[in-house]
Amino acid sequence: MVITLLDARRARRIAEQVPDPELPMLTLADLGVLRDVSLTEDGTVVASLTPTYSGCPAMAEMRAGVAARLRDAGYTRVEIRTVLDPPWTSDWITPDGRRKLAEHGIAPPGAAPARPAGPVPLVLAPTRRSVPCPRCGSADTEETSRFAATSCKALWRCLACREPFEYVKEI
Amino acid sequence: MSDDHVYLTLAEGHDDDTRWAYGTGFEDPLHGVDTTVPDGVDAGELADLCVTLADDALVSAQRLAEWTTRAPELEEEVALANIGLDLLGQARLLYSRAGQVDGTGRTEDAYAYFRDADGFRNVRLAELPNGDFAFSVVRLLVFSSWRLAHFERLTAHRDPVLAAIAAKGVKELAYHRQYAAEWAVRLGDGTEESHRRMRKAQEQVAPYLGELFTAYDVRDEVVAVLRQVTEAAGLPMPVYRPLPGSGRSGEHTEHLAPLLAELQGVARAHPEATW
Repeated sequence: MVITLLDARRARRIAEQVPDPELPMLTLADLGVLRDVSLTEDGTVVASLTPTYSGCPAMAEMRAGVAARLRDAGYTRVEIRTVLDPPWTSDWITPDGRRKLAEHGIAPPGAAPARPAGPVPLVLAPTRRSVPCPRCGSADTEETSRFAATSCKALWRCLACREPFEYVKEI
Repeated sequence: MSDDHVYLTLAEGHDDDTRWAYGTGFEDPLHGVDTTVPDGVDAGELADLCVTLADDALVSAQRLAEWTTRAPELEEEVALANIGLDLLGQARLLYSRAGQVDGTGRTEDAYAYFRDADGFRNVRLAELPNGDFAFSVVRLLVFSSWRLAHFERLTAHRDPVLAAIAAKGVKELAYHRQYAAEWAVRLGDGTEESHRRMRKAQEQVAPYLGELFTAYDVRDEVVAVLRQVTEAAGLPMPVYRPLPGSGRSGEHTEHLAPLLAELQGVARAHPEATW
């Protein structure tokens, strides 16, 4: 039993270290997509992953990455499960993950909007949200596009240092 | 297998069931999800609903992808492609769910690539050619407003898989509607020419509104959103004159078959292909 507990912890540590294919400065644990790692009685490692966006093309790669790392570490039976509920939120990006994003010039997300049950309101007034520039720290920035090279990011630019930067959207 | 770089890993052989074909190429998007259909849920109805919602999304995604290299600005091209990618992801999950519950075990590829136009249940609004940017904006506004309202209701569906797909989709669709609404206001309240084009686009979209509202009671909610946007944009609410027929019963415009021919061509020419 003790061995099993240790083994489960080791498996979790290994799975946690797998890098995200599109944001390789983050591990899957940093991104908050690794929902659970457990060991069944017959010694199968069960790792549960959740997609960030429905169309995230990195999902298959994440599954393959986790399975490969665990097999390399000696776990012969590995099962990867997809968890859809609850849906991923950018709030699950860890403090460590946020720090790494900023270090790599990507502005981390703010708190995701609370979504009460019922119709989703449409707000047309410009939202006064300030995203500090991850390079120079200036708050004088503006959004150039709400969509960017991957689903999870928006494009911004800094009006002080003139650098464009990416920003992980709140979702 | 190395996971140092995503593209290197893709190029390596896979010893598991990962398959790289047709451009989706990924394994089952519902891999490892509990596939049970709860008691009291009609599997046939659930499968039909999933296919309908998936067809809307797949056909819309294909039209949105056509903007790539043609959008007015790079930022809009990236935006439209991203919206299409979200919808494609929703389609894949929904097709996979349909195949699980309808008893056939069909895969997402079977639904997407090996059905003809009369087998598709998407609304005709989704298949109309892109037209100019104004038309695509008005269509996206209507479509995403309707789909967001519908998905929000589906989060309470008794099938937990569909409810979870919907809950995920709500977050994405809120971004899509926001994008379309902001462009609608910018163009409607822009120059004389952009205003004129928006009016024209509204007239073109209006006859297809009815198909969206038949099955589910989200009409009032969607109309309220459209009214909010048109008022901010200085545009009138279009007069609704319904067309006979419905894409929901497999009656499509002449535009769907060529769209599918392009979408399905490679898969049908090489049905056993793996990449």
